[in-house]
Amino acid sequence: MRQTPLVELREVRFAYTPKAPVVCGASLEVPHGAMCAIIGANGSGKSTLIRLMAGVLRPASGEIRLDGSELGSIPPRVLAKRIAYVPQASRMAFPFTALEVVLTGRTPHTPRFRFENERDCEKAREALATVDALHLAQRRVTELSGGELQIVALARALAQEPVCLLLDEPSAALDLKHRAALLRTLARLREERGLSAVVVTHDLNLVDPVFDSVFALRCGRVGAAGTPAEILQRDVLAMVYDDSHVRTCRLEGRTMVWSE
Amino acid sequence: MNARFLRALAILLPILAISAALAIWMGSRRMDLEALRSDPIARMLFFRLRLPRVAMAALIGSSLAVTGAALQALFRNPLADPFTLGVSGGGALGASIAIALGWGARVSGIPLLFIASFAGAMAAVVLVHQVARSGAILLPGALLLSGVVLNLVASAAVLTIQYLADPARALQIVRWMIGSLDVVGFDMIVRMLVVLVPAWIALLLFSRSLHLLAIDEDTAATLGVNVRRCEIAVHVLCSLIVGVTVAVGGAIGFVGLIVPHAVRLLFGEDLRIVLPGSFLLGAAFLISADALARTVLTSAELPVGAVTALLGGPAFLWLLRRRQRYSVL
Repeated sequence: MRQTPLVELREVRFAYTPKAPVVCGASLEVPHGAMCAIIGANGSGKSTLIRLMAGVLRPASGEIRLDGSELGSIPPRVLAKRIAYVPQASRMAFPFTALEVVLTGRTPHTPRFRFENERDCEKAREALATVDALHLAQRRVTELSGGELQIVALARALAQEPVCLLLDEPSAALDLKHRAALLRTLARLREERGLSAVVVTHDLNLVDPVFDSVFALRCGRVGAAGTPAEILQRDVLAMVYDDSHVRTCRLEGRTMVWSE
Repeated sequence: MNARFLRALAILLPILAISAALAIWMGSRRMDLEALRSDPIARMLFFRLRLPRVAMAALIGSSLAVTGAALQALFRNPLADPFTLGVSGGGALGASIAIALGWGARVSGIPLLFIASFAGAMAAVVLVHQVARSGAILLPGALLLSGVVLNLVASAAVLTIQYLADPARALQIVRWMIGSLDVVGFDMIVRMLVVLVPAWIALLLFSRSLHLLAIDEDTAATLGVNVRRCEIAVHVLCSLIVGVTVAVGGAIGFVGLIVPHAVRLLFGEDLRIVLPGSFLLGAAFLISADALARTVLTSAELPVGAVTALLGGPAFLWLLRRRQRYSVL
């Protein structure tokens, strides 16, 4: 019998305003332990789709299931132990320390009227160490660079000890070295803990060979889905990005993509 | 229990106790135990005027400070407070309409004045929120600008009402507008506490949600906070608390702004400490400001609103100067 997918979307629709639907009938499946990339042009609904998967937004119609259960029926605290979402990096208003931010990831594991205990602090430090950012622990988030903020947000998500990570453009503010490090970390977490990840990205050169599957969004639906090798093709990308100048080539076992 | 939380309590509770003791003792007539025992006039002064006044300062100060801390977190804006968001202005407008129309009645024990002021405060907070929200983003600049504009409009409307009202009521509005903690006996205080105590407790119960919201709205949502419900509850509770305090004490500025920041500087950013900490320090701050207002001039009494503004204005500017601590200003 086929295993229930970890995350499953069926004909999901969503609109912020009634006249402008953003997600129009998207369907996809994320198997357990898989690393999936969501790609697509600006405004194709990638961020909205991942916010729907995180439970931040509720679909207007269609179904989103986690391990076979309807997302809306899972209590928020239980959901927060299963799925962790990292939004696009944004500046924070208050000078929290990085450790305080990471500690908020322990919220679903802490009773409502208790502060986090020593074990939670240990978990938070562990999460920072996993993303190689323990040195940032006592730094104020208002003083961090965009890339450092993203790493701290990722550590917060790991402190939740989820089974699935949802990352919205995690590599956008990262330099060359940290992009590679991020992907290595994700791959390692999958090996060690079976952690799945769904990553929205514009950085097509990162996709092959790290990810198992790619969902290419076009106008709010999954226009193409498959392995990186299947999706990172000139004709598919030309359709997805509506750009006839897309070029691809194979280099040292990777697929490189650019537009002329 | 968290060590930082206990440290905050261990420091703030004595500060509150000392400021209250000093304020009770200070005044045109010094109070000591001997006078209280032997002098009936001193006793009357103590129980009918001095003690209620200090209690009034405490509950208005703690109310303004705790709502300031909550609004700053909810709107993720360090310059938000009941005053800068126009909530006090809205409450003042509601209250002055009630005074001008002579609404002295009570609805099941709650003065109509409170209800009118709450309605004004609530309208202001909803309006400012609607103006500043663009899609999923709350624009910090638009938030403060719309708050300031709303405050100006509200105070112009209050002036107009005062101009049109009959002279006795106009005088009542003027006296109340300056912001004063004048109170005789405990009747009014008890009536306020009936509304305030449940609202304070409910607001403090949202400490953790506000702590998460202060970091990021989407993150808070995925960590189990029902953002919409929390937003509505905090709006209603803050409007209720500010409405009642404004209806009685007038629009006393800056308490809600500077007290939470003082608590942050002392004990860090954790809202689960900042909220109760602001509550205690707000009480101590307004008690002290009022004691100063009563005693600094020998001939007359300064309005307490003037003292908090004179202390708070420079503190506000200092905060702006230090804005590198905060990125969204």
